[in-house]
Amino acid sequence: MMHLTPSDIQAIWLTIKLAGIVTMILLLIGTPIAWWLARTRAWWKGPVGAVVALPLVLPPSVLGFYLLLAMGPNGAVGQFTQALGIGHLPFTFWGLVIASVFYSLPFMVQPLQNAFEAIGERPLEVAATLRASPLDAFFTVAVPLALPGFITASILTFAHTVGEFGVVLMIGGNIPGETRVASVQIYDHVEALEYMQAHSLSAVMLIFSFAVLLCVYTWRPSAKKVG
Amino acid sequence: MKLFKMLTIMCALLLSMNAYAEKITIAAASDLKFAMDEIVGKFKEANTKDEIDVTYGSSGKFQTQIQQGAPYDLYFSADIAFPRELAKNGFSASEVMPYALGRIVLWSAAMDASKMSLDSLTSSKISHIAIANPKHAPYGKRAEEALRATNLWGKVEAKLVYGESIAHTAQFVQTGNAQVGIIALSLALNPELASKGGYWLIPDTLHAPLEQGFIITRRAEGNDLARKFADYMRSSATRAIMTKYGFVLPN
Repeated sequence: MMHLTPSDIQAIWLTIKLAGIVTMILLLIGTPIAWWLARTRAWWKGPVGAVVALPLVLPPSVLGFYLLLAMGPNGAVGQFTQALGIGHLPFTFWGLVIASVFYSLPFMVQPLQNAFEAIGERPLEVAATLRASPLDAFFTVAVPLALPGFITASILTFAHTVGEFGVVLMIGGNIPGETRVASVQIYDHVEALEYMQAHSLSAVMLIFSFAVLLCVYTWRPSAKKVG
Repeated sequence: MKLFKMLTIMCALLLSMNAYAEKITIAAASDLKFAMDEIVGKFKEANTKDEIDVTYGSSGKFQTQIQQGAPYDLYFSADIAFPRELAKNGFSASEVMPYALGRIVLWSAAMDASKMSLDSLTSSKISHIAIANPKHAPYGKRAEEALRATNLWGKVEAKLVYGESIAHTAQFVQTGNAQVGIIALSLALNPELASKGGYWLIPDTLHAPLEQGFIITRRAEGNDLARKFADYMRSSATRAIMTKYGFVLPN
């Protein structure tokens, strides 16, 4: 059953590369957002939380459509990237990266926010009385305490990016080795009525997804409320 | 008793309404979008009681869906091979009826494509060329054939981006993300697209004919409206609309 063509393997590697880069970027962007959301009492905590959660609700076609317009030569983002000299982002790997960062944002921020909230004020107050700077306290107290949250968030972000389909289909242009990720490759097989090839690659995705979720759910019982 | 009487009358009314109003759902290739909208509009003017829904999408996907029992009564494919395959496997309630030949054009929203030819695609000003996915979209297959016939495929392959349907391909060009594309003439002739850029008709000697065909599906066996609509496709009014959108008609 497991007969993967070279283009299937290429699509799998591209998917892993995309999900890996997106996870790293979201660790950098998502951590401060989650930290702020967990600790702020500002009135705009609600609106920011809502924006972060939007991709959970929005159809990928909405995101894909707006990104296609925004990143094109007539869109604001497109004109900005053109001015920077990097051209336009649709049909490129980095276009997919940026789209996926939006798309997977809640899968990084929400588990982290839960983890930070679970720590509470007390450990940080203790750190402060021991003259730890806020940054010091964050890295030596909050991060180790929230480590399971970081792991859960990263796994979910990675897995969710692997599963992305609608957005990459709409803005990717289906270019082998550049934007043709595994989910699109499967779609191609099905559309071309190549059911055997679709089966093989789909089976790989199914096993992978199950393994990832098994990791998340056995990691610790409290991880269940995540996502 | 009064209530019973009323219910009987209502039931009778509902039944008689059912006998008059019929409903069909059509699955149509996306290149037919504008022509079919107009045809169905005209048909409805003459048959106001009947209900006709049209779903546009990729011909290949519809074929799979019909095999899986999708509720479509008529299937208009952009490639006659798909309905032929369905008929062979017993999913059709009619013979396969050819209804048009499609044509492909070079189209751009930003440049005047009417002054271009396929050779222009090698220009350094063009970084992306959109075509439909040749693996499963009939228009994409013909685009690939035309590019191969002119020995351009190897030179432009790195610039190609693939739309999932001919409509998705047109979107890439319309939003300016691809400077040019090879799309269906029937889409390029739509006012929305025709107002921008321009198109250049790709000679049909460069590719196999884009023979398009339709069937009445097995589900619509005995559905008079489906039969009536199939007949309507051969009327002169319909043929005029199809010609207006650039389709070449059989005999």
